[in-house]
Amino acid sequence: MTAAAQTLPNSQPAPANDGLEKSRSPLVEALLRLRKNKTAMVGLAIISLFLVMALFAPWLAPHDPIEQSLYSKLKPPVWDAKGTWDHILGTDDFGRDLLSRIIYGARISMVVGVVSVSISLFFGTIAGALAGFYGGKIDNVIMRFMDLLLAFPSILLAIVIVAFLGPSLRNAMIAIGVVSIPRYARLVRGSVLEEYAKDYVQAARALGARDSRLIFLHILPNCLAPLIVQTTLGFASAILEAAALSFLGLGAQPPTPEWGAMLANGRALILRAWWAVTFPGLMILFSVLGFNLLGDGLRDALDPRLRE
Amino acid sequence: MLSFIIRRILALIPTVFGISVLVFFMIHLVPGDPAEMMLGERASEQALKEVREQLGLDKPLHVQYGRFLSRLAQGDLGRALRTNEKITTEIAERFPATVELSIAAMIFAVTLGMLAGIMSATRQYSVFDYSSMVLSLVGVSMPIFWLGLVLMIIFSVHLGWLPLSGRLSYHIHIEPITGLYILDSLLTRNWPALKDAVWHIIMPAFTLSTIPMAIIARITRSSMLEVLRQDYIRTAKAKGLSPRVVHYKHALKNALIPVITVIGLQFGILLGGAILTETIFAWPGIGLWLLNAVYARDFNAVQGGTMLIATTFVTINMLVDILYAWINPRIKVS
Repeated sequence: MTAAAQTLPNSQPAPANDGLEKSRSPLVEALLRLRKNKTAMVGLAIISLFLVMALFAPWLAPHDPIEQSLYSKLKPPVWDAKGTWDHILGTDDFGRDLLSRIIYGARISMVVGVVSVSISLFFGTIAGALAGFYGGKIDNVIMRFMDLLLAFPSILLAIVIVAFLGPSLRNAMIAIGVVSIPRYARLVRGSVLEEYAKDYVQAARALGARDSRLIFLHILPNCLAPLIVQTTLGFASAILEAAALSFLGLGAQPPTPEWGAMLANGRALILRAWWAVTFPGLMILFSVLGFNLLGDGLRDALDPRLRE
Repeated sequence: MLSFIIRRILALIPTVFGISVLVFFMIHLVPGDPAEMMLGERASEQALKEVREQLGLDKPLHVQYGRFLSRLAQGDLGRALRTNEKITTEIAERFPATVELSIAAMIFAVTLGMLAGIMSATRQYSVFDYSSMVLSLVGVSMPIFWLGLVLMIIFSVHLGWLPLSGRLSYHIHIEPITGLYILDSLLTRNWPALKDAVWHIIMPAFTLSTIPMAIIARITRSSMLEVLRQDYIRTAKAKGLSPRVVHYKHALKNALIPVITVIGLQFGILLGGAILTETIFAWPGIGLWLLNAVYARDFNAVQGGTMLIATTFVTINMLVDILYAWINPRIKVS
């Protein structure tokens, strides 16, 4: 759905200098490059903002996000003639403070991102590593199954999984996590295949290292760069897809202050309260944009082959 | 070429088979009794039994799947719970709406996306380049269900230029030929209907086109930039050809190959995006239908719809592969 859908080239961390000049570790090199990358820094700034909102929601939010008030229904934002400072971004049809709901919404979206990305990262990495390392039948079975998951438009598969599991935020996170597993599996498999042929792996094997040690301690750490990029972009699509599911009533349920669910509620109000639609959507847009920007920047910084 | 096409078509068979297995087993994700979930707790034992029978839940798993597959092979997806209509009939009625919407969205995405990409590449680092690339980044991050609502507020509620939702005004009638309203009204020379249909499709199609448009713009730009750096372009410029001829006649043709692949892939992705767009604009297509089946817990219809959309999706991807091989013979070797 997002930039994550575009193909990511396999890559590896920048090789250290020859060791003759003063050499810096590949990680430091990459971080220095990242700091010079404007897109990445803008992305990072946006994400930091949302992280602060998520972490300090109870202190930042002026009101309880689910507290209803009949007296302050559909109040417009403060800059409107009828707006008040008490509700800076206005209120919804239950009199709930929009700003507070948006701030708490950051918390939910970050959790959704962490949980769904963890699911796809964990299973995708293991599946991809096994497929790449053992090859043959195992590879075939795992990758054919991944192809199968890719045979569905991702949002459709997520909708259908939630339809059968039952609508809830937890099930939405599971569905989104499962849907993205193939992206990670393909990436890791490709990287493992590339690394496996290299001398250091064969040397470790000759020294008697067990398979699990080879995979997790030798090969995977060297496949990290593309995985970090994919994970960052994965956050973007997870947040977007979760908001979509909640918008359709298949994710977070009312009165949870989730941005997508808030949009669904605001949809009935578009003739009367534009603010109830506008602000939650902007939050979704900016958080997704933040992760996409950082992901793009990371790709440039971590993959020297893509740099000119 | 022919053997490549045949191989690609044959490769589709195991995929569709796999999809059917996955779709079939999804019903077993339902916690508890699917029949009870569908009909509610107060359903009579008789009704529950009927639904279980219809879903085949009363038989052993392999028998259930065998039945599912044999019915599938005959093009029978069962009946929808809500309407008791054949699922295939219901889908057939709504499919043209989704096709029309997707085509219209693709026209927006390709023309605007490619234009932005070409102009950005030929004016690299200009204000236009920067702003269109920022816009395309925003575009790929766009929650289209929100964009749709914002467009509605601006163009329907405030300006009153475009209809709020639906596919056609109530008083307009179109003689169905293909089911694509714009095409049908053209064929029957029904001008008021044509205007009405076009007016209705603009907002949903534009909404649906955002993400593909952004991706197409980015790919076109980077592909054009790569081609423009090559020697033959420099030669063409050195010969004294005008920039317009060099850009559009020499460069564009070679820059198009990756763009076409992306366009093809986006067509499949539109099918997913259509679910959201159709919901917002009450567009009577397959996405809205599927979602209503989800809301009604009509598992039979959900399975049928999913099966069909996924099959369409992989078929489109296969056609893209073939088209790609036809345009770019180099890949056939590998």
